[in-house]
Amino acid sequence: MSGELLDGLSVRDVRVSFDGFTAVDGVSLEVPAGDIRFLIGPNGAGKTTLVDAITGLVRATGSVRFGDQELLGRPVHRISRLGIGRTFQTSTIFEELSVVQNLDIAAGARRGWVTLARRRRGIPDEVAAALETIGLTGRADQLAGTLAHGQKQWLEIGMLLVQDARLLLLDEPVAGMSHEERDATGALLETVSRDRTVVVIEHDMDFLRRFARSVTVLHAGRVLSEGTVAQVQADPRVQEVYLGHPVAAGSAPSGLEA
Amino acid sequence: MTAVTPAPLSTATAPAAASAGAAPPSRSGGRSRLRTMAGFAFGAALLFAVAPLLLSDFRLALLAKYLCVAMVAVGIGIAWGRGGMLTLGQGVFFGLGGYAMAMHLKLADAGPGGMPDFMQLYGQLDELPLWWRPFASPWFALPATVLLPMAVAFGLGSLVFRRRVRGAYFAILSQALAAAMVILLIGQQGTTGGTNGLTDIKGFFGYDLDDPVNQRMVYFIIAGVLLALLALTRQLIQSRYGELLVAVRDGEERVRFLGYDPASVKLVAYVVAAGMAGLAGALFVPAVGIISPALIGIVPSIEFVIGVAVGGRATLLGPVLGAVAVAWARTALSERFPGTWTYLQGLLFVVVVAFLPGGLASLWALARRRDVGAQPARRGWSPLGRRRVERTEAA
Repeated sequence: MSGELLDGLSVRDVRVSFDGFTAVDGVSLEVPAGDIRFLIGPNGAGKTTLVDAITGLVRATGSVRFGDQELLGRPVHRISRLGIGRTFQTSTIFEELSVVQNLDIAAGARRGWVTLARRRRGIPDEVAAALETIGLTGRADQLAGTLAHGQKQWLEIGMLLVQDARLLLLDEPVAGMSHEERDATGALLETVSRDRTVVVIEHDMDFLRRFARSVTVLHAGRVLSEGTVAQVQADPRVQEVYLGHPVAAGSAPSGLEA
Repeated sequence: MTAVTPAPLSTATAPAAASAGAAPPSRSGGRSRLRTMAGFAFGAALLFAVAPLLLSDFRLALLAKYLCVAMVAVGIGIAWGRGGMLTLGQGVFFGLGGYAMAMHLKLADAGPGGMPDFMQLYGQLDELPLWWRPFASPWFALPATVLLPMAVAFGLGSLVFRRRVRGAYFAILSQALAAAMVILLIGQQGTTGGTNGLTDIKGFFGYDLDDPVNQRMVYFIIAGVLLALLALTRQLIQSRYGELLVAVRDGEERVRFLGYDPASVKLVAYVVAAGMAGLAGALFVPAVGIISPALIGIVPSIEFVIGVAVGGRATLLGPVLGAVAVAWARTALSERFPGTWTYLQGLLFVVVVAFLPGGLASLWALARRRDVGAQPARRGWSPLGRRRVERTEAA
């Protein structure tokens, strides 16, 4: 992994419409390699739809490039094989399989039929490494459905790691987590961003302030503001969207707790 | 790499005993293998020694028939129990295998250059139809009993799974296929025997099927094939593919995002199940001496599934035991109370689906868990949670 060149994500003028309703209306953004980019915005701003478009779940026009590969127009599983991994707002691990089985499946998309027809013996190296990274080594053989909420989210991230995803798109990874779990998740994001590019959709502003390296604010399907956390918080348009009225310059930017 | 410290757990997550259905009993290596060997030896002893000693020729022939149904059930266990595809049309593949075998046996009965009796009767044909001819050769007919159903399943599955037809739509589609096949067979009476089917099959590769000794031989072949299919299925379930198949069943979209094409994964399970049904149909013919539209239509197709549901669809042995038990109960009850079986069968299906979605196998798993100690009862009673049942049944 470390030998590979890091790639950045380049989104150009992406539009997504459902039956005349435009959910994403010409979004362009550049996420440089190795960034931890937070996507924020009010409900309905188009954050999840944008991620859906990048990963091939919904049709979109425009251009999305990761490295030198165009993603739009490819089927979901091909995009995934180009190194794009995502999580969903709700946990989507395979609850009836063990933690190791979940990770092993995530690691296996490139396996041939001969390997698939055989039993797994022991724990593959990349799975063991991911278990270590997400702190679930002690629970390897536990059924995934019996994990605590936070652990399920980490397992999701672990699955992206063994999948060899070089772009991680995480949809509200810390929703419903305790403070300790949030801290652990933030540390995990910093670890994985060493050799990957990370995009996070998140509502939790405290989490954002601590772990975002850059922020893009979406509103009504468009990019409203972009920059560092401080820049975005100081942007009066952002304050207006979140608070419903313009805020006098210099007032506390802590009002972002929308 | 810095390891993330797992936060203290708030919920009770006592290490769950690997649930009998979904997660194959893992890695205790030698002991698990020993237990499996013992299980197979026990099954072989039961089928090859105990049953032939205890049962009359008549009952043994019935058992041979049930074991054929059990083979179909093993396939349904893979496609439905593991893959989430409710196949309500396995009769099609059973029929393809059965007709392929029966066509060969009819031609063999008729002798070289001869024609099956019914053709002269209904078809007034002067010579054998073109598509019958290859079946005169056992080298074509025998592989065809398995490969023909697999090919049809492959063609159908490729279309259906890529278009993401699933749940109830898939079930209805597969059932419609069974209906279509029956209509086709009945409509072509001159070349297929119509409603009567292919009957009065006398010989089986030179052996007279009226001879009880040869009937026993057919029984032994069937029992052996069933054990072989079980061994194959066990390997399939415990392989990486088996784990992947369960993952596709439980989260098809998620698997797609991991870089797999779920359509191919499902296709393999569907084709394997079709091959097993075809083999079962082929062996059914010498065991019973007939194959007809009534044996492969919608009703028998549903009956195959009921046995699987009763036994426990996600387990290895559940489908086999369920299929044999239901078929046995059907014979026993029909002998005593003719006419009530259909209602009882419907009731049985409803009760199992509503109250015991994991089938009878889940009772066993539950009992074992009780033995082990107090486990949270939250999800302990069934390898398939309620949620899953709703998804496969009603989705």
